[in-house]
Amino acid sequence: MAYAGEAPKPGFRPGMLIYDTRYRSLTIQLIVLVLFAFGVSWLINNVIVNLAAKDRTFDYGFLWNRAGYDINQTLIPYTNDSTHGRALFVGLVNTLVVAALGCFLATILGVIIGVLRLSKNWLIGRLMTVYVEVFRNIPLLLWILLSFVILTETTPSPRDFRITDDMVAAGQAPAARMFLNDSVAITNRGMNVPAPLFERSLGTAGIGEFQISLNFLAIFAVIGASAIVNRRMVRRARAIQEDTGVRPVTWWKSLALLFVPVIALLLALGFHLEYPRMTRFNFSGGIEVLHSFTALLVALVLYTAAFIAEIVRAGIQAIARGQTEAAFALGLRPGRTMSLIILPQALRVIIPPLISQYLNLTKNTSLAIAVSYMDLRGTLGGVTLNQTGKELESMLLMMLIYLTISLMISSVMNIYNSAVKLKER
Amino acid sequence: MAESNQAFVRTAILPPQAPPLTEKGVIKWLRENLFSGWFNTILTLAALWAIYSLIAAALPWWLNGVWNAGSLGECRTIVAERAGPDVTGACWAMVRDRWHQFMFGFYPQDQYWRPTIAFGLLFAAITPVLFSGQKRLQTLMLTGVAAFLAATLWLATVPMLPVALTIILMLALLALAQVRPAALMWFTVIYPALAFFLLWGGSFWGPAVAMAGLLVLLLAYRLLLPLTGVGIAAGAGIGLALLWWAVLDAPIAAGLAWLAPIGLEPVASDRFGGFLLALTIGVTAISFSLPMGILLALGRQSDMVLIKTLSVGFIEFIRGVPLITLLFTASLLLQYFLPPNTNFDLILRVIILVTFFAAAYIAEVIRGGLAALPRGQYEAANALGLDYWSAQRLIIMPQALKIAIPGIVSTFIGLFKDTTLVAFVGLLDPLKGITQIVRADIAWKGIYWEPYIFVGAIFFVICFGMSRYSMYLEQKLKRDHR
Repeated sequence: MAYAGEAPKPGFRPGMLIYDTRYRSLTIQLIVLVLFAFGVSWLINNVIVNLAAKDRTFDYGFLWNRAGYDINQTLIPYTNDSTHGRALFVGLVNTLVVAALGCFLATILGVIIGVLRLSKNWLIGRLMTVYVEVFRNIPLLLWILLSFVILTETTPSPRDFRITDDMVAAGQAPAARMFLNDSVAITNRGMNVPAPLFERSLGTAGIGEFQISLNFLAIFAVIGASAIVNRRMVRRARAIQEDTGVRPVTWWKSLALLFVPVIALLLALGFHLEYPRMTRFNFSGGIEVLHSFTALLVALVLYTAAFIAEIVRAGIQAIARGQTEAAFALGLRPGRTMSLIILPQALRVIIPPLISQYLNLTKNTSLAIAVSYMDLRGTLGGVTLNQTGKELESMLLMMLIYLTISLMISSVMNIYNSAVKLKER
Repeated sequence: MAESNQAFVRTAILPPQAPPLTEKGVIKWLRENLFSGWFNTILTLAALWAIYSLIAAALPWWLNGVWNAGSLGECRTIVAERAGPDVTGACWAMVRDRWHQFMFGFYPQDQYWRPTIAFGLLFAAITPVLFSGQKRLQTLMLTGVAAFLAATLWLATVPMLPVALTIILMLALLALAQVRPAALMWFTVIYPALAFFLLWGGSFWGPAVAMAGLLVLLLAYRLLLPLTGVGIAAGAGIGLALLWWAVLDAPIAAGLAWLAPIGLEPVASDRFGGFLLALTIGVTAISFSLPMGILLALGRQSDMVLIKTLSVGFIEFIRGVPLITLLFTASLLLQYFLPPNTNFDLILRVIILVTFFAAAYIAEVIRGGLAALPRGQYEAANALGLDYWSAQRLIIMPQALKIAIPGIVSTFIGLFKDTTLVAFVGLLDPLKGITQIVRADIAWKGIYWEPYIFVGAIFFVICFGMSRYSMYLEQKLKRDHR
């Protein structure tokens, strides 16, 4: 009598490579690996052949050559005698500035719109719905182009601001006026705003070409320090409240802590504003903010805010109604319910898609090409690429930089996600 | 003692009183929804003021719009004559004047009927996909398409033969929708070849023979399926089809073209522009990115390390770089990665990279759908003895895709909006390419609100329509009764 439990003979037949699930995945992976290796080597071979045919080499030496072109907005020192590598950094800084400002402003606007969309006020709710639908369903490029065109075509030219002696004699006013007590002028060339200056400047520090203004560093350090001290004070006040039931008055101490040191520092540095003034043909003094920058920023903020508003709304709505009711049952007031019960839970839902919106915004800054703002694509992927003809190198380097930024943002998201994940047992 | 006789106890029930004036009708609604507190009142007043100032600024401009003029200057003269010197007015005459350019770019004028028919038939082709199993809606949509085609072809000058063929085709489709709605799907399958033939022209046999490759695939799969397994049959089918396309396709097409020279005037890719271009890129990329996204999502979930690594690498790379850099890759770098002296169509290159871009995003959306499925669904499919592909097809994907619908559709909307970026590699998209041409024309120099409003409105209608359709689909596929 044979027992059914007898093990089949251990042996390997070639057919098992296809029909046995233990080996099939290996077979498939082997085939894929061969195809992949073949494809990659085909591509690399093509690149080598093509480069040889065009008599070119693959090297990044051009980054140390003289760039020879001007960039109209530079936040780090740059002249056309600087290297292509430095132009790359100027572009990168320009990209990051738009991205950071855009994320900050879009978050504020998006949260306001998202909360207002949930408002009990019928009219406001509808208005915000219209805003979200209009901005989400029309390409970002249109908003960028439209803001740029409006800024450049509806604003007066600098010469409309000029006051000549004849006009003074005739009692005439100039055709255009400056805003905010004669400190901001919007012309068809750009926006002239006051520049912060320091009489007793601390100078700069850094290594070689990379210099950081010590003034701003000192200001940030003082603000950070006062914020930390303030936080400790508030925490102590809360501890006292929990022990004794009486909360010490802290608001004026907070105000003093937050503002007095900064103001003292500014006075010590001799901080003052330099206002733009009309000279013969154009404004001088102050800072000229390019319209390409403003248009890009405005469009990115308006567009991304619509998406953030939807995320905020979905996050708040995702919290079960019972949470609010439970909080009310415990006797919490609506404001405390929002800040202690709803928001901490909603943030867990809101933050991941919010960060992916930041990622989108950062990538969308590359649309700067539409208004010729000199971002990373404008310098490295634009003028440098065209001047040196190093298409392959420039494009690959540019992709790598964008990829690094993206991966950095998404790793921040992953860290946050694991930090706030529901701790389940 | 009879208490009921006490004078102050009422014996009859009072008729209900009307609610106070402030607690009913319009006033109650206003009080509750607009003026329910000082903060809400301020918000309402601010909103009213904003709406008023918007209308006050835009309405006269809108109402003074001029539809018949040859240039912006003429428009302004007409507005000044009609309404006074300091009044602004829209110049919609620009839209009238440049309508064809916005729609077709530089497509040859006497061939406009071709993209028009292709556009109409597109809706006929997506009908069975959009409204599967809903005979009434399908018939309604096909009738709409027929009416659209009849109206536009009647207005345009079109050769008789295509009109007759279109009429026959539409009647056949309508009849099919009544008799065997499921068979409409076959038209969807052959539509890409038909649209390619209509848009680019050339010999009829090129796309027809290429489509026959799919037939080869299907035939090989059907014949081999009982003999081998799904995997081998599919692999052999794909292999044979590739063989067909690589070796047999060109000579057979050339031979047939020599035997029966049927064809349309060829139109080069650089003449495509406007919404024709946006729709060509958008629709192609949308229809190819979904299957590719599904495969990538499955690859990312796979147990096989190599396939998982490749999928993750592809998805993260594509999602990590802006679309513009990929488009520049299509226009600048592909010449380095392909064998020397190969040069294929820029539109095709752009479509391929836009498809990759959308597929990576869709893969992530579908991965979310897969992750949301309870583990039990996979285990139940295994317990039923289904193999991997059957389980995916019958159990996992229908549910995962249903969960992922909102994300998929918003990716599609994003993709369609992103087709405007092709302007940066020299294609004439409606937003930047065509608008720039119009604004560079001496007659329309200085016009900016009208073209952007016009193009924006069309984008809005298409994208908003897509998002509404996704809501309808979600509602239709809802299986829980909450």
